[in-house]
Amino acid sequence: MHMADALISPAVGGAMWAVSAGLIAYSAKKVREEADDRKVPLMGVLGAFIFAAQMINFSIPATGSSGHLGGGIILAIILGPYAAFLVMASVLIVQALFFADGGLLALGCNIFNLGFFPAFIAYPLIYRKIAGDALSSKRIMAGAVIAAIIGLQLGAFGVVLETVFSGISELPFRAFVLLMQPIHLAIGIVEGLVTAAVVTFVWKARPEILGAVNRPAAIGKVDTKRVLVGLLAVAALTAGALSWFASANPDGLEWAMFRISGKEELESIDPVHVSASRIQEKTAFLPDYGFKKTESAQVFTDVNSFEAAVKPSWPAVDPGTSVSGLVGGALTIGLVFLIGLLLRRRAPRTAV
Amino acid sequence: MNKINGNFLDIGYMDTLAGADSPVHRLDPRSKLITTLIFIVAVVSFDKYAISALLPFFIFPVVMISIAGLPARYILKKVLLISPFAILVAICNPFLDRNILFQIGGINISGGWVSFISILLRFFLTVTAALVLVASTGFNAVCLALSKLGLPKPFVMQLLFLYRYIFVLLEETERLSRARALRSFNNTAMKLTTFTSLISHLLLRTLDRAQRIYLAMCCRGFDGNVRLIRSMKKGRSEIIFVAGWAILFIILRYWNIPLYVGAFITRRSL
Repeated sequence: MHMADALISPAVGGAMWAVSAGLIAYSAKKVREEADDRKVPLMGVLGAFIFAAQMINFSIPATGSSGHLGGGIILAIILGPYAAFLVMASVLIVQALFFADGGLLALGCNIFNLGFFPAFIAYPLIYRKIAGDALSSKRIMAGAVIAAIIGLQLGAFGVVLETVFSGISELPFRAFVLLMQPIHLAIGIVEGLVTAAVVTFVWKARPEILGAVNRPAAIGKVDTKRVLVGLLAVAALTAGALSWFASANPDGLEWAMFRISGKEELESIDPVHVSASRIQEKTAFLPDYGFKKTESAQVFTDVNSFEAAVKPSWPAVDPGTSVSGLVGGALTIGLVFLIGLLLRRRAPRTAV
Repeated sequence: MNKINGNFLDIGYMDTLAGADSPVHRLDPRSKLITTLIFIVAVVSFDKYAISALLPFFIFPVVMISIAGLPARYILKKVLLISPFAILVAICNPFLDRNILFQIGGINISGGWVSFISILLRFFLTVTAALVLVASTGFNAVCLALSKLGLPKPFVMQLLFLYRYIFVLLEETERLSRARALRSFNNTAMKLTTFTSLISHLLLRTLDRAQRIYLAMCCRGFDGNVRLIRSMKKGRSEIIFVAGWAILFIILRYWNIPLYVGAFITRRSL
C-alpha cells in the first residue's frame, strides 16, 4: 500500500520529490559510470520480475492473512544499491501511472520509503555487514531478515512522518506510529524469510550471480556522500521536530515593540506598503510559518475551546510550522549546494 | 491467479486507449504531463477543510475524458478499486476531530467529517488526473517526455525496458501460478515455502532471459548506447493548453468560485 496524494501536502510532496529526484540522478550517474552493458536489460527484466512477483499473494503462516513481496533487498543483493534503487523507482512509477497505486505527487515519498531505505541503508549497512563476503545459509538468513525488518521499519516510519507533517489526516503521531510499526515488523520478518530463501536458492544454484556486485567505496576513505546524507537527516530532524519547540512567545523585536506601542507589528497607511503587503498576503505560501487559514467561521461550543484555539500552545505542534521548517531547511541547503557548485566551477582545478 | 490476469489485461488496455486519435492525444506529452502536475499540486495544496473550493477542479478530468473519448466508466471503476486504502486512513478523521464547524438544519457537522470528504475529493481528483494522463498519452510517450524534461537517460531506459518486459513476465508468472493452482486440490492459498520456491525459479528464468536479451541486443549492434527517437513538437496548441489550464487552476485555487455563486444565488432568493 503506497501513499496517496490525498494525504500529502504539496510542501512535503515537493520536498520528497526533490530528494528522490536527486537520488535518481545520483544513482543513474553511478550506473552509467559502471558502464556494464549487461546491466541494461538485466535491470529492466528484474524490474518486471519484481512487478510480477508482487502480484502473487501468499498466505502468511499463523495469521491467515495474505501478503506480497516488496523486493527491494533482493534487487540490492543482485544488482547493487544504485541499480536496485533505479529499478524500485521504475516499478513504483509504473504502479502509480497504471494502477494509481500511490499518487503522482506522493511518488517522491514512495520512492524514498520503498527504494532508499532498502537499497541504501538496509542492504549496505546491514546485509553486507552480516553476509557480505563469507556466504553461508545462516548468514544469509540472519542478514536478510534483519535487513528486511529494519528497512521496512524505516519505510513505515517514513510514511508516518510524511503523513503527519502534511497535516491533512487527523491521525496523531503516536497512534499512527503504534499502528504502523508492529504491522511492518511482522511484514518485515516475512519479507526477510522470503528474501533469505530466494537468495539461498540462487547462491546454491548460480553462485556467480551473487559475486557479480562490485564493491564501491575504498577502505580507509571517508565516504563524503554518507556524511552529507547524515547531515541532511539531522537538518531535516531539526527543522521538522525541533521547530515544534520553538517558542511561541514573541521574539525580541516584537516584545520590545509591544511594550512601546502596544502592538507587535506596526501597521502602515502608506499606499505602497499596503499594496506590497496585500501582494505578500496573496503569495505567501506559508504565512507566519504556518499554513494559511482560509476565511471560515469557527463556531466554538464554550469558552475553553475558544481560548485553546486562540492561545498558542507549547510545544507548538503545528504541522505548518514543521513543514515550514523543513521547507526552509531544504531550500537553505539547496541554496548552499548551489553556491558550492558555482564556486567549484569557478576555481581552477590543480593537477593531482 | 485471477489478479494477475486482470492486471495484465489492464496495462494493455491503457495502451490501446492511448493509441486512439483526438485533439488531446495529438498534443505533445510534455504539455499533458506538466498540466497534470500543476493540477495535482493545486488540488493538494488546499487546507484540510476545503470542499466547495475543490469541486470546480473536476472540470479538468471531465473535459479531458470527453475530448479524448476515454471510457469514463472504466476510469471510475479503477478509482473505486483503490479507494479502500484512502477511505481507511481518512475514516479516522471523524473520530479524532470533533470540533463542530457548522450546522445544517439542526445537525452538527464536525470538522472530522468535513476533512474526510475533503480527502476523498482530493483522492478522486488526483487519481483520475493520473489515469487520464496515461490513458491519453501512453507509457512510452510519458517516458520520453520525462527524458526531455531532464530525467537521466539510464532511468528512462530502465522504465522503457521494464514496460516492454512486464507483459512477458506477467504471462510467465501466470503460467507458474496456474500450474500450482491446478495441482493443489482445495488449497487456494499459497504456502510461504511454495511461494519462495516459485519465485526462485522465476528469478532464475528471468536471469537467463536477461542474458538472452543481452546477447540478442549485441547481435543487433548494441554498443551500450540506447538511442531514443523523439518526435516531439512545441507548437502553439501546446503552449495554449498548458497556459490556459495553469491560469484556470491558479484562479480556482485562490478564489472559491462556488462560494461566490452560492452567496449570489441565496442573497438573490431572499
